[in-house]
Amino acid sequence: MAARLEILKTYKIYIGGQFPRTESGRFYPLKNKTGDTIANICKSSRKDFRNSVVAARGAFGGWSGRAAFNRSQILYRIAEMLEGRKDQFISELILQGLTVKAAQDEVTLSVDRLVYYAGWCDKYQAVFSSVNPVASSHFNFSVPESTGVVAVIAPEESSLLGLVTAVAPVISGGNTCIVLASESKPLCAVTFAEVLNSSDLPGGVVNILTGNSEELHSHFSSHMDVNALTYYRNNKSEIKTIKENASLNVKRVFIYDKLDLTSDKAQSPYLIFDNQEIKTTWHPIENIGSAKAGY
Amino acid sequence: MSKKQENKIALDFKTDWAYEPAPEDTKHINLKKQYDLFIDGKFVKPNSKKYFDTINPATEQKIAEVAEADEKDVDKAVKAARKAFEKWSKISAKERGKYIYRIARLMQERAREFAVIETMNGGKPIRESRDIDVPLAANHFFYNAGWADKLEYAFPNRNPQPLGVAGQIIPWNFPLLMAAWKIAPALAAGNTVVLKPAETTSLTALKLAELIRDSGLPDGVVNIITGAGKTGAAMVNHPDINKIAFTGSTDVGKMIQKAIAGTDKKLTLELGGKAANIIFEDAPIDQAVEGIINGIFFNQGHVCCAGSRLFVQENVTDIVIRKLKDRMESLIVGDPMDKNTDIGAINSKEQLLKINEYIKIGKNEGADFYQSSCSIPSKGYFCRPTLFLNASQSHRIVQEEIFGPVLTIQTFRTIEEVIEKANNIAYGLSAGIWTDKGSKIFNISSKMRAGVVWANTYNKFDPASPFGGYKESGFGREGGLHGLMPYLKF
Repeated sequence: MAARLEILKTYKIYIGGQFPRTESGRFYPLKNKTGDTIANICKSSRKDFRNSVVAARGAFGGWSGRAAFNRSQILYRIAEMLEGRKDQFISELILQGLTVKAAQDEVTLSVDRLVYYAGWCDKYQAVFSSVNPVASSHFNFSVPESTGVVAVIAPEESSLLGLVTAVAPVISGGNTCIVLASESKPLCAVTFAEVLNSSDLPGGVVNILTGNSEELHSHFSSHMDVNALTYYRNNKSEIKTIKENASLNVKRVFIYDKLDLTSDKAQSPYLIFDNQEIKTTWHPIENIGSAKAGY
Repeated sequence: MSKKQENKIALDFKTDWAYEPAPEDTKHINLKKQYDLFIDGKFVKPNSKKYFDTINPATEQKIAEVAEADEKDVDKAVKAARKAFEKWSKISAKERGKYIYRIARLMQERAREFAVIETMNGGKPIRESRDIDVPLAANHFFYNAGWADKLEYAFPNRNPQPLGVAGQIIPWNFPLLMAAWKIAPALAAGNTVVLKPAETTSLTALKLAELIRDSGLPDGVVNIITGAGKTGAAMVNHPDINKIAFTGSTDVGKMIQKAIAGTDKKLTLELGGKAANIIFEDAPIDQAVEGIINGIFFNQGHVCCAGSRLFVQENVTDIVIRKLKDRMESLIVGDPMDKNTDIGAINSKEQLLKINEYIKIGKNEGADFYQSSCSIPSKGYFCRPTLFLNASQSHRIVQEEIFGPVLTIQTFRTIEEVIEKANNIAYGLSAGIWTDKGSKIFNISSKMRAGVVWANTYNKFDPASPFGGYKESGFGREGGLHGLMPYLKF
């Protein structure tokens, strides 16, 4: 009998809970150290991004409206799924040039980071809310609410940890997102989409594209139905364009160009807070026995 | 069941009894003929040598001349603020707070003077400047003063630090109050300030400059420079400003966001709005009508959070509209200095032209036009309270901010419908909900994509209450604990 032929994985993108190829039909070859092609990766287009925004917008109401406790459980489920497929991620990281030790560390840290944010899902509200003692006869309180659809340009230098670091605070805060994965290390992004897909995370909450930031950053930042953009790279000219385009619809832009992914500083409820809006609600309090109404 | 009897008695406003004039005394007001720029603790002549007139929009008469700051003046102010920052950020937080408390107290002592000047220069009714603008402005200083030495309690697990020099640009609708919203948290957080008031309403900011000088606040901590858009642009583009805080139109906000794209300047924007004010069938109707009136006619409708889109549930539309029209008939439009006046002067000729243009657009778009029959003064800039009934979602008067006493009215049948309509707009500053059902309030308020929701009330403000928008109404909050964040780094 002939030796068994290995089944190679087709790396596709992730939009609205589905795994399509890029509509553009374009690809770029991913090579290993010795120059051999490991895989053909989708070179996502503006149209892929626009489709993803539609999916993310569609998923936003349901995801932001979920009980925070439920979001917490789903994030924890993502961590469970990732833990269960550790070996696959480690071997993909090794394939992309990491040492065994570094690959193991990256995967375990990613799992732990997901657990960290799973815990925050139903807690950051208590930290960032306030009951405001106004001087008039009103009950007045402020709570954080999800900003909406967030475009994320994930770190280039990291395949998995960068993606998790960029996505977890956004979705734990009830937002939906479109993520551009690392161009040079895209394998884990696609495999992570499979993890998400099997974690009860509703389709459209996280949409993952592979491709080229130089081509896509202006589309990410100029789309009128994107509410915020987070950027984890340090290309000055891309940052400038992103901030300029953001003004088209007053997008919130957050640049995390100095983040050390492996440090504890790369995870924080304040990173969740960046993609939150504060809503303040007023209601009159009846003044018993007084002519003064708060209306 | 008998058909519900409805009160059909029409209110009759024709009477021989007229209000006697009740003008606020203006003789105690001390205004100079000409105002210079307040830089480094002193009033200095502008490099441009140019001055422009500031007028009373109710009489069209000139009140004073105000200096126009050019790029060199802006640079001078920023340098003063930078120099002052070194000391100001290092004095003890407790002392910093005491300076701010002192400003609050001085403003309370001189409240009436500020109120009268605010009304003279901006056209708002004295009742509003006296009871709302000025006391709230003083309270903002008082409230924020207390935060100065407590910042580490506001942001757990962080080490809050000031940003440096804040450039602040404010609008003409609440001149003194907006100055207080901007300056007070900036100082409490340890920043120094260059503030530019709007060109039509500079006087109370300049009086505030006098007050700050008298308060003993170290020189250069607050600099107040006057001018129009060019002066503002010079501030936005100045390389040594760490933070821009802007309140004004969405168009200008976008220009600012774009202009500072290549820099590390921090930004907060408090921009336009087009709030939905939603009246459900189970609302307390009389209070709701008061809320509609207050929502759109407060400060002549020159309010970014004005309840300018009224949504009425179909089965109470008739009664709400009838009561609304009756209430509008009783509004007094006229001399802002008169204590009986409900609606004062439109802030400027330019703004009156803009409002009239929108009224023309509304008529052409086919909505039903209605104005109260009140008289308006022959001199000065005035506009009768205006309704557009049967407006539709696609009308420009529904989608665009008019910033005047013009209310559009749409009806709705279901909750889903009104949520969709209310949110289907680029703005997201505020919203109003009127219903006696608590669970409905929580449902609707959590679905409004807006930063401030008034339930069974409208247009309420407090220094402890964060204010600011979603979407194209801007980002960052002013007031409360959350209002400190834009002036700190961690």
